[in-house]
Amino acid sequence: MEKEIIVNDLVVRFANVNGTGSASANEMFAKSIFRMGIPVTPKNIFPSNIQGLPTWYEVRISEKGHLGRRAGIDILVGVNPQSLKRDIESVSPGGYFVYDSSKKLHEEFIRADINYIGIPMIKLAMKHYPIPRLQQLLKNMIYVGAVATLIDLELDVLKGVIAEQFSAKPKIIPSNYQALELGINYVKENFKYPLNVRIKRCDNNGDSILIDGNTACGLGAIYAGATVMAWYPITPSTSVAKAFESYCKKLRIDEDGKKKYAFVQAEDELAAIGMVIGATWNGARAFTATSGPGVSLMNEFIGLSYFAEIPVVLINVQRGGPSTGMPTRTQQADLISSAYASHGDTKHVLLFPSSPAECFEFTINAFDLADRLQTLVMLISDLDLGMNNHMSPPLAWDDDKKYDLGKVFSAEDLEEMKEDFGRYLDVDGDAIPYRTIPGTHPTKGSFFTRGTSHDEYAKYSELGEVYLRNVDRLSQKWETAKTLVPEPEFYQKDNRSNIGLLFFGTTTYAAVEAMELFEEEGLMIDSIRVRAFPFHEQIGKFIEQHEQIIVVEQNRDAQFRTLLINELELNPSRLISVVNYDGMPITAQAIQSGIKEKLSLGIS
Amino acid sequence: MSYIKPTFHHPSLKPNKVGYLKKDYRGVISTLCAGCGHDSISGAIVQACYEISLEPHKLAKLSGIGCSSKTPTYFLSNSHGFNSVHGRMPSITTGANMANKDLIYLGISGDGDTASIGMGQFVHAIRRNLNMVYIVMNNGCYGLTKGQDSATADFGSVSKEGNANPYQAIDLAGLALELNATFVGRSFSGDKNQLVPMIKAAISHPGFAFLDVISPCVTFNNTKGSTKSYSHVRDHIEVTSSLDYVPFEEEITIDYPEGESAKVELFDGSKIHLSKLAPDWNPTDRFTAVNRLHDAKSKGQILTGLLYINPESKDLHSLMGTSDKPLNQIKQKDLCPGSTKLEEINNEFR
Ligand SMILES: Cc1ncc(C[n+]2csc(CCOP(=O)(O)OP(=O)(O)O)c2C)c(N)n1
Ligand code: SF4
Ligand SMILES: [Mg+2]
Repeated sequence: MEKEIIVNDLVVRFANVNGTGSASANEMFAKSIFRMGIPVTPKNIFPSNIQGLPTWYEVRISEKGHLGRRAGIDILVGVNPQSLKRDIESVSPGGYFVYDSSKKLHEEFIRADINYIGIPMIKLAMKHYPIPRLQQLLKNMIYVGAVATLIDLELDVLKGVIAEQFSAKPKIIPSNYQALELGINYVKENFKYPLNVRIKRCDNNGDSILIDGNTACGLGAIYAGATVMAWYPITPSTSVAKAFESYCKKLRIDEDGKKKYAFVQAEDELAAIGMVIGATWNGARAFTATSGPGVSLMNEFIGLSYFAEIPVVLINVQRGGPSTGMPTRTQQADLISSAYASHGDTKHVLLFPSSPAECFEFTINAFDLADRLQTLVMLISDLDLGMNNHMSPPLAWDDDKKYDLGKVFSAEDLEEMKEDFGRYLDVDGDAIPYRTIPGTHPTKGSFFTRGTSHDEYAKYSELGEVYLRNVDRLSQKWETAKTLVPEPEFYQKDNRSNIGLLFFGTTTYAAVEAMELFEEEGLMIDSIRVRAFPFHEQIGKFIEQHEQIIVVEQNRDAQFRTLLINELELNPSRLISVVNYDGMPITAQAIQSGIKEKLSLGIS
Repeated sequence: MSYIKPTFHHPSLKPNKVGYLKKDYRGVISTLCAGCGHDSISGAIVQACYEISLEPHKLAKLSGIGCSSKTPTYFLSNSHGFNSVHGRMPSITTGANMANKDLIYLGISGDGDTASIGMGQFVHAIRRNLNMVYIVMNNGCYGLTKGQDSATADFGSVSKEGNANPYQAIDLAGLALELNATFVGRSFSGDKNQLVPMIKAAISHPGFAFLDVISPCVTFNNTKGSTKSYSHVRDHIEVTSSLDYVPFEEEITIDYPEGESAKVELFDGSKIHLSKLAPDWNPTDRFTAVNRLHDAKSKGQILTGLLYINPESKDLHSLMGTSDKPLNQIKQKDLCPGSTKLEEINNEFR
């Protein structure tokens, strides 16, 4: 029976051993498909070690532009003997298993309901290349060539991407091309191609870019004028620092060849955030990037920044917790610990980007908000958003935009002032005081910053009423924050359903797709994407307007739901929760079945 | 509580070169215990800043937590101050220094603040040769939390509760030397003649200038068996050298007899004169300093003076190659690459 031909709707998964150079080969594969105008979502599923453990690279190809992960693997390229059994089991019925047939596949690995495509990868590599390391590297190109032919990927596009990738070392391009050809020819000579699952050029990518969120954050910090970055290495946030530094080297060198930035690898996360606080206190824009364990360490300083009102930008790229948890898997499980980080009554502004373009935009917002509100602002990203490439609108900057550096008195302001400078005086009625930067004026504007209770003039005080005035003003400042943070996004002009879907961050891709799945089944659902904490008033309204609200998030305890209940004083029964927390990005199918299950059972 | 501030013998009423009187360098009235060594150090800081003609707003004073860390309120009211969290003053100072290389950074810490909770940040500030003055007001105990032994309490030293300390002491000056700190001095809160010039020299030093100042806690650590009490320190002090600090512009008025003095020229042209009380004291020889420190310790002596200075010190900004203009003064137009550049960057990802 002829198989149904499926075009531009497939998942290809590569099963590799990490440290074998497969990552860049797989990336070139994904980028080539992107260049053919077909939306792609690549995901790197990697272990927490450097060499020798299984790693997977999954590419979802979706003409409709569905960018979430999809369950079901159409083609699995299995070149890792360690994970062979599981890999074969993971192929969807009717799917394909592409493997290295240099050695015969054992009986136990044969499934009747899938197709086997054996390419003698290592044999071919050994025949053509003398050096073992080269055999290993070029074996990757052999399977890329083979799979490209099997799915009808345009080879010129692939070659173009390879040439770009190796533009710094053009000498190695011919050998890569040759390896590619070995794979291509082997398929052509031995199999019917293309397969029934295949791709075809289309024009659905517009001006999109394929970029990871961490690079976008690093670039955002440069565009926002950050001059000091202090950090301590931790997956999955390290590449924020890396991106900031590598672009600074290109974009932030002055006429004398000197750096218009300071990049400090601190001794730990405590020191990292301390350095940020010291730098912003002293009038520079500064930031740090870390993940859960780092934020836990930073807690004491986070409270200082809140109470002494010092701007801080913290990029929090979440990973699987608790403790060291699943350091190379994704979760949205540091919501409560971020929102209320540190001892005493504290709360912090959080921004939830859901695409690299928003990582860029919100990082810039974070600097403006931190300076405007004189407080800590956390950008809440996650491993999936931060480390995987995502198809995204281009990064955007408006040349007319001016940084909002907030309320800072200049020497002239101080000179003209008749009254005494009060660091914590609410002059404008928005609960945000004015600050001064050290060194501004010889005799006016100096003050003493402290984490102990202080009056309007920054003087130490243990009087109850002084303390209350201060912390109540901070509460009022929180109200001001609600009017300044990014508004939620709606996916319908007018409400059309009594069910509302609420989500944020990387859950967005799958949630939007789930909505479409429901729509295909004739069930309309309204949706809202939250983009910041504190919650904008529109969020409360949306919840009020719907009988049932489904909160989708990627942690066990439904932390976002808790935040909503707590901050908006909601009846918990109004919020149904659908969660995913196995460390893999959530899928539309999981959301769909989760909702169906909860709604039919009436669980709330 | 002390309502009487410790004063020095030569209170000067005449303005210094930048037009400030000594009182302009004072802070609010101290709330430390009367007789606390920390207050004397505050007095020495006031004196040094006045004498060196420093404009108060060009200095930022930072501290951790402890009685010692409270002192920045008791000097230099016209300077911005930052009383941060316990043990973390070095990181705050690092960030502040990164933002503006043109200010002088004076960090105040205690022995608890530095030798225990803040040890990590302390050694890393040394490692980076951060341009700052780092003063530890060292009383061998946790004053603010009521007298527990600190990690600098000497082995066998007896606390107010009468217990002899069973642990080895961490010698912060020795540690700083070991880690190649570019300026290491030790003094005693009661010895202003030694302390004031040492603070002045530390301020001039372009890099990490560490001063370990023994500072008796009269409330918890001035007992007979304590090695950081006034009486013990006075009896056991051994001075390496007496020093005089001469700013760059000033004529040298006192001439030391040849063979008894050594001159060290600092980065900015100012000079330190040492008259050699101890034979052959050379403050640029780190190995001798380390040996002498061990030597003194084995004899139960406290070696004070300028132990080591590296006249070729390069601070963190020089090591990193940051721009001459302080980072906090660079404006948006010189920081933001603009939309055309961003379009080029977008193209890298297509
Ligand atoms: C994180 C934290 N832990 C504990 C304390 C309590 N604490 C305050 S001061 C201090 C010790 C201070 O000792 P030292 O630095 O020697 O200062 P001194 O009071 O002796 O001058 C401690 C433990 C604190 N403030 N913060
Ligand atoms: S307790 Fe000790 S260290 Fe603290 S103020 Fe009193 S004398 Fe000074
Ligand atoms: Mg102490």
